[in-house]
Amino acid sequence: MTDLGKYQDPLTIQRVLHTANTVAIVGLSSNELRASYFVGYYLKRRGYRVIPVNPRETRILGEKSYPSLADLPEPVDVVDVFRAPDALPEIARGAVANRAGTLWCQFGVINAEGNRIAEDGGLTVVVDRCMKVEHARYVGRMHWLGFNTERITSVRSGLQ
Amino acid sequence: MTDTPPHSEPARAEPAHAFGFETRQLHAGQRPDPNTGARAVPIFQTTSYVFEDPESAAAYFNLQEYGNTYSRIMNPTVAVFEERVANLEGGAGAVAFASGIAAQAAALFTLLQPGDHVVCSTALYGGTVNQLKHMLRKMSVELTWVDPDDPQAWRRAVRPDTKAFFAETIGNPGGNVLDIETVAAIAHEHELPLIVDNTFATPYLCRPIEWGADIVVHSATKFLGGHGTSIGGVVVEAGTFNWSNGRFPVVAEPSPAYHGLRFHETFGTYGYLMKLRAETLRDLGAALAPLNAFLFLQGLETLSLRMQRHVANARAVAEFLAAHPLASNVTYPGLPESRYQPLVAKYLPLGAGAVFSFDCAGGRAGGQDLIRGVTLWSHLANVGDAKSLIIHPASTTHRQLGDDELRAAGVGPGTVRLSVGLESVEDLIWDLRQAFALVAATAVSA
Ligand SMILES: Cc1ncc(COP(=O)(O)O)c(C=O)c1O
Repeated sequence: MTDLGKYQDPLTIQRVLHTANTVAIVGLSSNELRASYFVGYYLKRRGYRVIPVNPRETRILGEKSYPSLADLPEPVDVVDVFRAPDALPEIARGAVANRAGTLWCQFGVINAEGNRIAEDGGLTVVVDRCMKVEHARYVGRMHWLGFNTERITSVRSGLQ
Repeated sequence: MTDTPPHSEPARAEPAHAFGFETRQLHAGQRPDPNTGARAVPIFQTTSYVFEDPESAAAYFNLQEYGNTYSRIMNPTVAVFEERVANLEGGAGAVAFASGIAAQAAALFTLLQPGDHVVCSTALYGGTVNQLKHMLRKMSVELTWVDPDDPQAWRRAVRPDTKAFFAETIGNPGGNVLDIETVAAIAHEHELPLIVDNTFATPYLCRPIEWGADIVVHSATKFLGGHGTSIGGVVVEAGTFNWSNGRFPVVAEPSPAYHGLRFHETFGTYGYLMKLRAETLRDLGAALAPLNAFLFLQGLETLSLRMQRHVANARAVAEFLAAHPLASNVTYPGLPESRYQPLVAKYLPLGAGAVFSFDCAGGRAGGQDLIRGVTLWSHLANVGDAKSLIIHPASTTHRQLGDDELRAAGVGPGTVRLSVGLESVEDLIWDLRQAFALVAATAVSA
């Protein structure tokens, strides 16, 4: 087991959520019932610019889908990965080449080599976390459904 | 690609910090209300919520975004209670219900289908026994009852169609303490979840999830609320059980009750909880009222303080009874002579709860005289109030049973059950002492 703690730091996660604008979702499905679609739909509703990366589709969520990271016209803030862990090193290389800010690996997308490639390339790396859940935890309304956000704060903030 | 990020910096970033139990019982699940700044938890006494626009409404109903729709399914006051209990138990989340019994039914219905089988401890609250025996049988679910103290009995009871183990942290009426780690390991050998009713211990005294339990249920009516004001219950799930292991098509396969959604695949850690709320709570309808959630939250704020006093008083009363000539068979697992001492040391180091029974000399008549004699203990059918409670099962909850049937239920004709409250302990002992004098006087004159 790799120690994932260093890829799950709450301050890093909050910084990424609060500074990102464009999110390329690798492995985004057009099936409305798949987890990747739930995440893409949510992030788009929450104001992020979602860019699908899926060679089998042309448009998802009303956005043009690109076959690979190499095809993206500009650097993105986050590369969010919904693929088998084995695919991560190649995706990490693509994210480095794109000069992306963060490589974000969804639940179960755990591959030490991929993490290392992205870190060596200067990217922030988040692993085994869901971008929708983390957004809902720190910015959104996850607590409305009784989930344990583990947040303890007496600061009044208007970000509901 | 564009310049402005959708979210400005938060007021203050929140670094990781492991907050203590007392801090979390006061704060978890709640932040000052963003609209008003209210420091106390607002009571959202509303049935429904205005949607921003049609797209938002659709996103909420499709579970694509967290949003309030209708208070049978979610309510912001109830949500604070849910998150607080989930946090204290160390679970991924929680769903509250209108009673403890409703919470148990919902926890089971979410994972069962007709023809399934559940292995249950024999040392359960009587209302739970009724529910499992009669209601689950109506749903064509079969049960095997096992002695919770015998780990091999759990293993022997497993069948190919078994779907769960069900037990209490501290059982009734014998004070059985569950060997949670061992029973959870046996459940997991067979890829089954262990469901633990943690009502008598509360998360202050024991957190079953830390020992391997997968689902924790509570009657919040008891110590969580702690003041005898409201009926309610809650289900907490650890979020770690693999519902896609092939045994749980009702959780893992496309759901006909939610347009084909695969709850576990789509929501992962939160899959069971989402299904529990979006289907089981929606369709059973046993929603907790916001006012009751508020009263439970008031109780939770002092949970640790109350439980410390509950267990200290319980131990003193149990010691008094253990030494009293008219009392026998004191089932408090916290007594040094209890056969559960090793399990208490492991699972309940801060105290073995505050509910136990003993046998009063003089059989049925003796038990009734003791009840007649007390003036401070309240004679009623509940446990876990701040006030001390007493009941004689043979003349109340178990009055239809003959002496032999009582014995089979683990209750003697003179058995008296206590729920030790927070009063001055000398007064509780004084009251029992003067009631025993009545028992003795009647016995002499008889
Ligand atoms: C251990 C235990 N579990 C469950 C319940 C049922 O809870 P409620 O009465 O809130 O439905 C009770 C109530 O007495 C109980 O003592």
